[in-house]
Amino acid sequence: MEFKEKLLASHLAFEERIDFSDPVHQTRLESLKTFEEKGFPTRRDEAWKYTSLNAMLRQNYALFPKADTTIQLKKVKKYFLFEIDTYKVVFIDGVYSPFLSDTTHDGLDVCLMSAALSKAKYRNLIDTYFNKITNKEDSLTALNTSYTQEGAYVHIPKSVVAEKPIEIIHFSTGKEKALWLQPRNLIVVDQNAQVQILERHQSLKEHDVVSNSVTEIYTHKDALVDYYKIQNDLSTASLIDNTYISQETNSNVRVHTFSLGGKLIRNNLNFYLKGQYCNSTLKGVTLLEDHQHVDHYTLVDHISSNCESHQDYKGVFSEGSKGVFNGKIHVDQSAQKTNAFQQNNNILLDDKATVNTKPQLEIFADDVKCSHGCTVGQLDEEALFYLMSRGIPKKEAKALMTYAFANNVLESVELPILKKRINKLIAQKLGVNLGFEL
Amino acid sequence: MAYTEEELKKELETKEYEYGFYTDIDSETFPVGLNEEVVRRISQKKKEPEWMTQWRLKAYQAWKKMDEPEWANVHYSKPDYQAISYYSAPKKKDQYKSLDEVDPELRKTFDKLGISIDEQKKLAGVAVDIVMDSVSVATTFKDTLAEKGIIFCSISEAIQEHPDLVKKYIGTVIPIKDNYFASLNSAVFSDGSFCYIPKGVRCPMELSTYFRINQAGTGQFERTLVIADESSYVSYLEGCTAPSRDENQLHAAVVELIALDNAEIKYSTVQNWFPGDKNGKGGVFNFVTKRGICHKNSKISWTQVETGSAVTWKYPSCILKGDNSIGEFYSIALTNNYQQADTGTKMVHLGKNTKSTIISKGISAGKSQNSYRGLVQVHPKATNARNFSQCDSLLMGNRCGAHTFPYIEAKNKTAQIEHEATTSKIGEDQIFYCNQRGIDPEKAIALVVNGFSKEVLNKLPMEFAVEAQKLLEISLEGSVG
Repeated sequence: MEFKEKLLASHLAFEERIDFSDPVHQTRLESLKTFEEKGFPTRRDEAWKYTSLNAMLRQNYALFPKADTTIQLKKVKKYFLFEIDTYKVVFIDGVYSPFLSDTTHDGLDVCLMSAALSKAKYRNLIDTYFNKITNKEDSLTALNTSYTQEGAYVHIPKSVVAEKPIEIIHFSTGKEKALWLQPRNLIVVDQNAQVQILERHQSLKEHDVVSNSVTEIYTHKDALVDYYKIQNDLSTASLIDNTYISQETNSNVRVHTFSLGGKLIRNNLNFYLKGQYCNSTLKGVTLLEDHQHVDHYTLVDHISSNCESHQDYKGVFSEGSKGVFNGKIHVDQSAQKTNAFQQNNNILLDDKATVNTKPQLEIFADDVKCSHGCTVGQLDEEALFYLMSRGIPKKEAKALMTYAFANNVLESVELPILKKRINKLIAQKLGVNLGFEL
Repeated sequence: MAYTEEELKKELETKEYEYGFYTDIDSETFPVGLNEEVVRRISQKKKEPEWMTQWRLKAYQAWKKMDEPEWANVHYSKPDYQAISYYSAPKKKDQYKSLDEVDPELRKTFDKLGISIDEQKKLAGVAVDIVMDSVSVATTFKDTLAEKGIIFCSISEAIQEHPDLVKKYIGTVIPIKDNYFASLNSAVFSDGSFCYIPKGVRCPMELSTYFRINQAGTGQFERTLVIADESSYVSYLEGCTAPSRDENQLHAAVVELIALDNAEIKYSTVQNWFPGDKNGKGGVFNFVTKRGICHKNSKISWTQVETGSAVTWKYPSCILKGDNSIGEFYSIALTNNYQQADTGTKMVHLGKNTKSTIISKGISAGKSQNSYRGLVQVHPKATNARNFSQCDSLLMGNRCGAHTFPYIEAKNKTAQIEHEATTSKIGEDQIFYCNQRGIDPEKAIALVVNGFSKEVLNKLPMEFAVEAQKLLEISLEGSVG
């Protein structure tokens, strides 16, 4: 049976597991219909021109993993920001793990989607926000919506500053041979509130796992959101990440994506700048090897005037890895005085590695400043020679230069401990120890 | 500032197509529709050999199975391909020996267009192969060229007289199954130009053709084939204007360039087909396939100034097959009122040390949509490939759009690719600076637009740069000085 058919057929079984009196069930059914009509995207779709899901879809994935999974904290401690105190929402094979989590309802809500769906006091919020900014035409998002059950729910009320970062971590244990996960997150940040969130998908054993994740983030007036995506999974794990962000007046959202490992990663990152004077930052570092594939697909939709957006994606590709960048800036006719910038720089280290990049501008307003730049090249031979002539071995010199290349992105990471972690990860990937931190 | 823009916009909107007129010449025209019989008759009419007829039929068969492409960022109601007459020729049967024999009515048309053949002959040293409704009516300077062994004639003549060359090269760069419009052209092309530069010859003058769509309801399907043999050089100019007409006219041309080892081809176009009136009514559909292939150490350079047509769909491309070959693309695309342009280039790097440069300038005004769509592809064996692309857009008024769709595909680690694009409007500070120095706002805008386009205008041959300026003037009346 084709996997699509399995997904459609299994929905009945899914319904038995949930409470279908909840407010979103009608949306689930509608979305299932959309998915049935559209099916999985193929390379004939312009948005998926460089990324094929065919190989991924040949597996027979389990949809409902066994629920009684526990893991020991010491085994997974390294995946947390254990050095500092954080809120944690942890899932093991898609099931909430109260043991590893640290949630709160004290002043702000950091809890579960399933709780938000079932409790009456959240009803209003769910009605207002759930599935409101997602792309209704996108089949993978629709698929996720139709199976909405679990994920993180975060609500930061007016003028509250979350004093601790929030970690959302999805573990997969490998108890199932092949597993298909569909986490669904909803994040609402009210006026003048601030929050830092870190999202991570991690498999603990080599096994085929695909996460088709959807996150909706609503930022109200003057709010500030810092969102970090750490993608450093095993080479058997795939991730399709669909993130939708809406911004109201004078809000500021920064999303950093660190793609350092995984089999196939597709990041659909969508910004809708609905209010004036918004500021959006999209940054990413991609460092790949060994036939890994990362596809960044970004959309920044300037709907209102006087907004600013900055995109900066750096990629380093070796050993048959494949990088795709597809960035789109759309400036509406009403979005005068928009400043939109987009940059994508790539380094190819290997002849078998490939970079496909397509930075697009669609502009309908005249009083704007929009630009994009993109390059594909190598490390500067002369700079390399300079470093080597100063006694730095080639490998270290190269690593140093790669650091420098990625530094623009790392610079704006606001969590010092996270910055340190990522520096370490990059050094690890490059196989060097520089003996100092940048 | 607001005042000037308002005024300028008004001027632009009311600006009518200056070259809109219609020559009354008896034409022999086929009934409308396309089928195998029509393809055969075209071939027969041209007294073509059997292989050519078969080639056309093959293209027609391929075309029948294809769908009209819809991926371009343009919207138009598709032409009814069965409602077009595929052949129209001025009725004069004999070939002209001298310009005096040319129909006075035709001569008058060219005078109105500002192309005085005599004057051009004298002043510019340009040999003009005039194509009027698909049939070549006058060829000048043929003798001078013949001395050097250069063949410059209509493609139908070439099929008769140089079948070997045509057979060897036609369809090698753009195969008959390449795309919808190229296949259509291959099946029904009525005429066009053929040019062959022998080994080691540097063509002493700029070669030039003027195309005009004249007969009502006839599509024009030009076929151009330029072959530069080893170590030769040619600069080829193509310019077009079309009369004002309310129904949409279709233009689906194919241009193939072949640059053999060490050769260089410079191909310049000024396109000013009827863009439709200020309400977006009428105008030419310009669906053109242009491609060149570069062999070792050769160079192909495309320069285009696109100001006309209601819908433009055009991507002059270079296949850099030979080592050390160079491809260049310089373009100005200007759209006004309801015009739509989706244009750009493809640079396919196959050989080692290949280089390409893309400079594209888009100017949108009124309610027009202007898109750049380009592909830079570096294949795994193309070591040390180098590309530089720059696409700038200038927006005038807040109801137009500028779009950029660059595709960059690198499969070799030594590739160096740069792409940059900017979109902006004319800076108020720039205008202010000019005002301050006593230059009125309108002149100031002209100055800025001119400066914006300069990089590309500079690439045009002298004789053509003047005309290009003139065309920008017509399209943006009063704004270009």
